[in-house]
Formats: sequence, C-alpha cells, structure tokens
Amino acid sequence: MQDAAEPFLRIEGVSKTFGSFQAVRNVSLSVGKGEIFSLLGGSGCGKTTLLRMLAGFEEPSAGRIFLDGRDMAGVPAWERPVHMMFQSYAIFPHMSVEKNIAYGLKHEALTKAEKADRTREMLELVQLVPFAARKPHQISGGQRQRVALARALARQPKLLLLDEPLAALDKKLREQTQFELMSIQARTGVTFIVVTHDQEEAMTLSDRIAVMDKGEVKQIGSPTEIYEFPASRFVADFIGSINAFDAAVLGVEAGLLRLSVPALGTEVLARGQSGVAEGSKVTLAIRPEKLRLSMEKPADGNAVQGKVRDLAYFGKDSLYRIALPSGVLVQAHAVNARRGDEGARVADWDDEVWLAFDATSAIVLVE
Amino acid sequence: MGRISQWFDRRGFAAMLIGLPYLWLLALFLLPFLIVVAMSLATKTPTAPPFSFGGDHPWVNGQAYVRVLTDGLYLRAFLTSVGNAGVAMMLCLLLGYPMALGLTRVSKSWRNILLMLVILPFWTSFLLRVYAWMGLMGKNSWFNGLLTDGWNLLVPMDWAVKSIPMMNSNFAVVLVMVYTYLPFMILPLYASLERLDPVLDEAAMDLGSRPWQVFRDVTLPQSVPGIIAGGMLVFIPAAGELVIPSLVGDASSPMIGRLISDEFSSARDWPMASAVAVVLLVLMVGPTMLYSHYQARAEGTK
Repeated sequence: MQDAAEPFLRIEGVSKTFGSFQAVRNVSLSVGKGEIFSLLGGSGCGKTTLLRMLAGFEEPSAGRIFLDGRDMAGVPAWERPVHMMFQSYAIFPHMSVEKNIAYGLKHEALTKAEKADRTREMLELVQLVPFAARKPHQISGGQRQRVALARALARQPKLLLLDEPLAALDKKLREQTQFELMSIQARTGVTFIVVTHDQEEAMTLSDRIAVMDKGEVKQIGSPTEIYEFPASRFVADFIGSINAFDAAVLGVEAGLLRLSVPALGTEVLARGQSGVAEGSKVTLAIRPEKLRLSMEKPADGNAVQGKVRDLAYFGKDSLYRIALPSGVLVQAHAVNARRGDEGARVADWDDEVWLAFDATSAIVLVE
Repeated sequence: MGRISQWFDRRGFAAMLIGLPYLWLLALFLLPFLIVVAMSLATKTPTAPPFSFGGDHPWVNGQAYVRVLTDGLYLRAFLTSVGNAGVAMMLCLLLGYPMALGLTRVSKSWRNILLMLVILPFWTSFLLRVYAWMGLMGKNSWFNGLLTDGWNLLVPMDWAVKSIPMMNSNFAVVLVMVYTYLPFMILPLYASLERLDPVLDEAAMDLGSRPWQVFRDVTLPQSVPGIIAGGMLVFIPAAGELVIPSLVGDASSPMIGRLISDEFSSARDWPMASAVAVVLLVLMVGPTMLYSHYQARAEGTK
C-alpha cells in the first residue's frame, strides 16, 4: 500500500557525475499526479540529465527516484512506465505513422483488435487519422511532433517526459501546439515533465516550474511564484527581465524595509521579508512593467527621476531605457493605452521622466 | 569570381560532368562487352585470333550457348560458384555485421584505429596472403597439426586422422574468400550503420524494447541497404573468382572463373569462353537490376 502522503514522483537527493563533471547536484523534488511540471534552465544546467535519469537512460550516481511508490533504481528503460517525447522526435523513419504509434504496443499483452483500437484512438487524439499510412518524411514538422506525442502516450505511461517539446516548431505553430499539449494532458491525465530552456514555454505550460542552474534546483514554484517572488537574483534574472540594484537595509518599519539604494540615489520602501535584518546587504529588484512612468513627480511612494535614453515601440507596449543621474540604466515597460501617432507615447527621447513603484512591487533578494 | 561561377552554371558544363562517366562506361565497359557478346556468337577456328564469322548464313553460331546450357560441366561450375560465393557472402555478413556495428559504438580514436586494421590486409600482396593460407592448411603445417590433435582428442579412437584434409576443397575456397572479401562487407555496412541516429535506439528502448528487440526492429531494417551493398560487393567478385579456387580449390569441381580462363588459354575456344562470361554476367546483373527496379518503385510509392 502506498502512503497517502507519498507524492506520485519523488526525486530524493539525486546527483549525477560524468567523470569529474557533476551534471546534477543533490536534486530533490516531488511531482503530483496529473501535474505539468517543468524543468527550466539554460544549456548545461542538468535538466536533460535529470530527465534521462527518469527515463532510465542514466542511473543516478547518488540519490533515489520513486515513481508511484516504486523505487526506480536498477529498473531498465524498457521496463519503466515512463515514456519520452524526444527533442528530435526520434520517429522511426522506416515505419509508417501508424506503425510508429503502434510500436510500443508490441510489448503489451493486448489482442490485435485492442492494439488497433488503441492506435486509432491515438491517431484521433493527435488528429493524424488521414496520415496514418504516410512515412515520416512525407509529413510536416508539426505532424511529426504529434506522432512522437501519440507514440509516447499509446502505452498509457504513468509519466510522460517531454524534452524541449516545442523547440523545433516555428512561433505560430508553437503557440497553437502549446495549447494542444495542455488539452491532451487534461484529457489523458498523464503526468507531464517538460524540459525547456524557454521561460515563456515553461510559464504557459506548467503548473509548477523548477528553475535549474549548474545542476542545482534554484527554486520550485508556480509560474506566478517564480515570476513575482523569485528567491534569488539568478531566478529573477532568468525569468523575464528585471532591474536589479545593490541595496543596504537601513531599518524595518511596520512590515516595510527602508533601503538605501545608491544606484537610485534615494531611499526606498520595500515590502519586508523574513530574515532580513537592519544593516544587511540585499538586492532590490523591480520588474520593468511594475515601474510607472510619468512626466510629473508622483504625489507619494518610491520615485526617482531620469532621462529617456532609448525607447522601443512594440505596438501594444513600449520599452523605455531610462538613464538615472547615477548613470545606471533602468528598463520600464509602459502599455500604449491610448491610440494615436508619435504624440500618444507616455514620453519621448530625452524627456525628463519620473519612475514610481509600490513598496509591494519591489522584490528584496538576500541571495 | 562572377564569371567563373557563370561558366560553371552553364548547362553545357553540367552535361559534361554527367556525360564523362557515361562516356567512360561506354568506352571501357559496354563496348568491350559487346565485343565479348559478338565473340560468343562466332565459330572457333585454328587461326589467330582463333575465331571467325565466316561460313554460311546467318554467320553467327549459337553453339556455345547450347553447350553452356546443356553440358553438365558448366551447370555444375555455375552451381559451385554460386554456392561457394553464397556461403562466403553469408559468413562475411555474419562476421562483418558485429564488427561494423562495433565500429560505430566505440570512441572516435578507437574507431580510426580499428577501421585501419580492417583495411590493413590490403597493404600486403593478395597472392602472398593466399599462399600463407595454403601453408597453414597444408598437411604438414603446425596449424593443421594443432587442429588434428584437437580433433583426435575429442572424437573416438577409430575416427582419428593423421591430418585434416583442408586444402583443395570448397572449404578452403570459402575460407580464403571470406578472409579476402570481409573488408568489402564491413565497409558498406559500417557506412550505413554509422548514419543511424542513436536516439532511435533509445526511443525504441523507451517504448519497451529490450536491446535485442531494438536491434531487430530498428537497427537491422535500417541497415538493409548496407547489407545489400556489402552482399553484392562480396558475392559478385567471389562468384567469378579465379585465383582463389585455382590455388586452394578442388580441381575436379571447378568454379566458373576457372572454366573461362581454361577455355580462353588452354582450350583456345574463345567463343565458348565468351558465352560463359556472358551468361555469368547476366546471372549477376539480372538480380541487381531487378533489385534496383523494385527499390525505385518502392521509393516512388513512398
């Protein structure tokens, strides 16, 4: 019997060393049944190695992996109820679409009719019925991706591993596929583990994200938690863009921290955080869209003045690069709420502007 | 720069590039072959060259072909050739496939060393190597002695032999052919196996296949072109082989190459020799053309 508190997938202190290189360092995390969980990080952060250990292609150098209560140590890849969608899709070029999807079913104790039914069901799930007889080189990249997905899902795995599932698709197709993946996941209820270097992909797909760097998990949380409450300067920097300044804590007042920020040339108030004492050195971080841009000095709150050095117009919004008196450049996003030509912008090149932000929008990072 | 590329782009140049090999084949393969075909239809005469198209209408003589198809000597020679070459090809495949597969699985530096070892025998004279085998297989060699001792140890007393009769047998022919042609099997197999994506193996394993099933379902079917290429590279020259059967073979059941050579030189029956050569070529080229025809059709329907 499985312990009620036992998570569906539990990775416990897993490390992997190749020669003298430590690819994964002491990673522990849990994933619930039916979750879409992303491993997010740059290349060489260990996310793919971790995925390969889940698939059974690599054995951990240390630590253990439990899936549905079962210790996966020593279980070969072909016996794991875990299937993978490879980055290159790895579709068998000598088999038709249908044969590819049916391949895993060869090893299932099913009758011929059941296998045919399951294959049909998968073809329908990924809308490839008209292409069943085609060879892989006769279908498009997006269709190949769906073949890979259907093939991995055909055996009804407990865990589906997706290695950069959208990386090979163009932007339009990627957005569409993203939602398709989510709807397929919802329909099948299979737990997804997604490896990606694309933060946008991770944010939209995932229920929870683990941000990885140099083989370590830096933070685990929902997309909102990761974005709005990054635990370290690395995570804040990696997810979205951020303005980060060195700061010193002057005092704690009514749950707010009074910080001295030399780069801003002023003292600011930020929401307090446990474990931050007076006098400690911290990082003050503010997302560009949390900065309010105005021509007049705001009545109250944190505000600094600067000069517009650069601006990029994206249509729905504009990105401003503002030089502060200290010489530091700050990024600010402003939504172009009013319609119009050049004059409708909040500010123009070389304008003296004010930047304001709420104490709750400022992130104080100890690490 | 622009001028040069323009010159290269001109259609005439492309036609020339494609045309050259065809010209080569025309002049040095098709033309000689037509001469041989013509010769096979001539009549043997005691002249120099020893054939002529003289005499009565229709000036050609199909007698040689009648003999090839009816005389048991030629039929047996064809069967011996195809049999020996076929066995040698299968053994080359069985030995060569694991070697070629192994080559793709070792590190780059090892791979280069091992590939060189495959080609290394070519650096010594082929004849020298055949003579070495003759020495090994001979009745008085240490090699034969060792095998004989081993045999005598294993079998009952009354089966004991003085030496194992290896020389001048089809066994010797096949053994030396396998030894000689093995690289021609390994290299095309290696070329086709090396191009396979190792991720496909992982994908099959991930979908529940044990390593031998991965080999059966993924590696083997994808290496069929290499198997066919290697098979033809071994089978075709082995079937027409002259030197190996002459040196180590059984003189009482000659292979076809030996017959052609004998007809040309000692019997001075050029039309007969040509007819045998033509039949051999048809036997070899026929299946090859059928294969490429079906493959082209299979690719057309893909």
